[in-house]
Amino acid sequence: MLRFVIRRLMVTLPMILVVVSLTWGLIRLAPGNFYTGEKVLPPAIEQNIREKYGLDQPWYVQYGRMLSNTLHGDFGNSLRYQGQSVNEILRNSLPVSASIGLAAYLLALLVGVTTGAISALRQNSGLDHASMGFAMIGISLPNFVLGPILVLTFALTFFWLPPARWEGFWSLNTILPVVTLSLVYMAYIARLSRSGMLEVLRSNYIRTARAKGLKEKDVVIRHGLRGGLLPVVSFTGPALALLITGTVVVERVFALPGLGQYFINANLNRDEPLIIGIVAFMSITVLLFNLLVDVAYGFFDPRVRY
Amino acid sequence: MTEDEPDIVQGTSLWKDAWRRLRRNRLAVVGMIIVSVIVLASLIGPPIIERATGFTYDYIPSDSGLVRSFPPFTSADGSFSWTHPMGTDDAGRDLLARVLLGGRISLMVGLISTLVSLIIGVTFGATAGYSGGKIDDAMMRIVDVLYAIPYMMVVIVLLAFFGGQSPLGQLFLLFIGLGAVSWLTMARIVRGQVISLKNQEFVLAARASGAPPVKIIFRHLVPNTLGPVIVYATLTIPSVMLLEAFLSFLGLGVQAPLASWGSLAADGIRNIAIFPWQLIFPGMTMAAALFSLNFVGDGLRDALDPQMRKTD
Repeated sequence: MLRFVIRRLMVTLPMILVVVSLTWGLIRLAPGNFYTGEKVLPPAIEQNIREKYGLDQPWYVQYGRMLSNTLHGDFGNSLRYQGQSVNEILRNSLPVSASIGLAAYLLALLVGVTTGAISALRQNSGLDHASMGFAMIGISLPNFVLGPILVLTFALTFFWLPPARWEGFWSLNTILPVVTLSLVYMAYIARLSRSGMLEVLRSNYIRTARAKGLKEKDVVIRHGLRGGLLPVVSFTGPALALLITGTVVVERVFALPGLGQYFINANLNRDEPLIIGIVAFMSITVLLFNLLVDVAYGFFDPRVRY
Repeated sequence: MTEDEPDIVQGTSLWKDAWRRLRRNRLAVVGMIIVSVIVLASLIGPPIIERATGFTYDYIPSDSGLVRSFPPFTSADGSFSWTHPMGTDDAGRDLLARVLLGGRISLMVGLISTLVSLIIGVTFGATAGYSGGKIDDAMMRIVDVLYAIPYMMVVIVLLAFFGGQSPLGQLFLLFIGLGAVSWLTMARIVRGQVISLKNQEFVLAARASGAPPVKIIFRHLVPNTLGPVIVYATLTIPSVMLLEAFLSFLGLGVQAPLASWGSLAADGIRNIAIFPWQLIFPGMTMAAALFSLNFVGDGLRDALDPQMRKTD
């Protein structure tokens, strides 16, 4: 177990360097530069800019500097947001994205697992069909369509909720973004936990549990859920990577100052340090989370050995 | 099955069996019908609209002096008219024609990117599975690694830095970028299938008759993995289309004057409070298409692989 964790942690670092290198390579292979714009710069000024940002050095020196920055966790200053370091931007925008994403995932887990489990217990009932149909809608409806429709309904027609703006996590403003982001995961989780539960409820150890006279409640909750939720546990890893895509969109729709917004803007502005910083940070998060999920899997499923 | 059963029973193939099961799945049938209607409409719709009303996806009427978006079934003076069943966009372009064009592009991106992912995934998975041992370990470790990285961020970087040159170049980038990130699960599926097949007699026979590994993989093994591959490919199409829509929504996907459902929805969102139909029609058409494709994929899975079937 410990060996497994250590081995995984050891591959994590090279993987992050690979992702960062890939990103850096793409940026550098692309035509143009961050300072090229409509206006043609006088050669002297261009020379100064290149010197200031070290662009006059050979590429391997620049590459080496970027890698060393990444390893030190210090990505330098943003090219666009003057006077702000990448780390400051990460510190300010991370809480926004993380709180929205986490809240959305927890909501999705709560509703998804409940719906999925009930659907499995009442298989082929009207409730089952309705919730699975609803789940399919959740999977098929892009969240940038869902978000504006929710805004139009709840904010602009009925005036129940504020449409957008970030006022900290604990405000009514977060309700719509969280719901929008959560629906698709809710749908996936409901489907996964339903099929997981269906399979488990037919298995021998559930029959044993029933045969030894356990109450139905204990059979379902203590034995059924533990096995039936395994697909949900293993979905959590990929879900996190998806959640990042989702937050980019939801932050755009609801104008939230989160990491995703900064990432898109950094790309449009060719803000290399900021892009590298966000990519590195996200990769670390996703990789560590995946490791956590794999470890958790062992607790849920005693058959798993590392 | 008993032994005295008469052996005049009509033989049935895997595909015939699957087709029979698929036809009995009502949701899948409805899905297939909706998908066919959308595909057909995007193929033959634009020329018909052009004949009937003179509008194409990029025709901006010159008399629309002040640019205004017409609601569905409304003409310039506010009365009922059949000219724009979905209304118009900001520039006065017919929204129906644009939604149909968007359908062409979105479906094309879905199909071609899935094809790209299919080629990469099948080749990779079959090679890993057939080789076995250390090569297999190494190759599947690469897949594990790729699973864990937020690849959409890399695609965003790719499109932001290399895109924007020409509409067609952008489409090409989308095909490659989306195909390159969605082959992982396909590789795993094919590898699993190949491993379970590679020790069977027909492979041994092929090897004994001197067939080279490449031929064994692509002529003997891959055709036998077709069932699961088709199922997963069908489910990849909607997910790729969704990714394309995300990117177009962020302004990194399909570029004007071309349009996809994602880019149309993105345009519509800016005017949601005043001209909601600009979002509703492309968004809902897209949702309907994805919805149906998902049902068809689910139905195919149940039909082709009854063992995987968990929803009965």
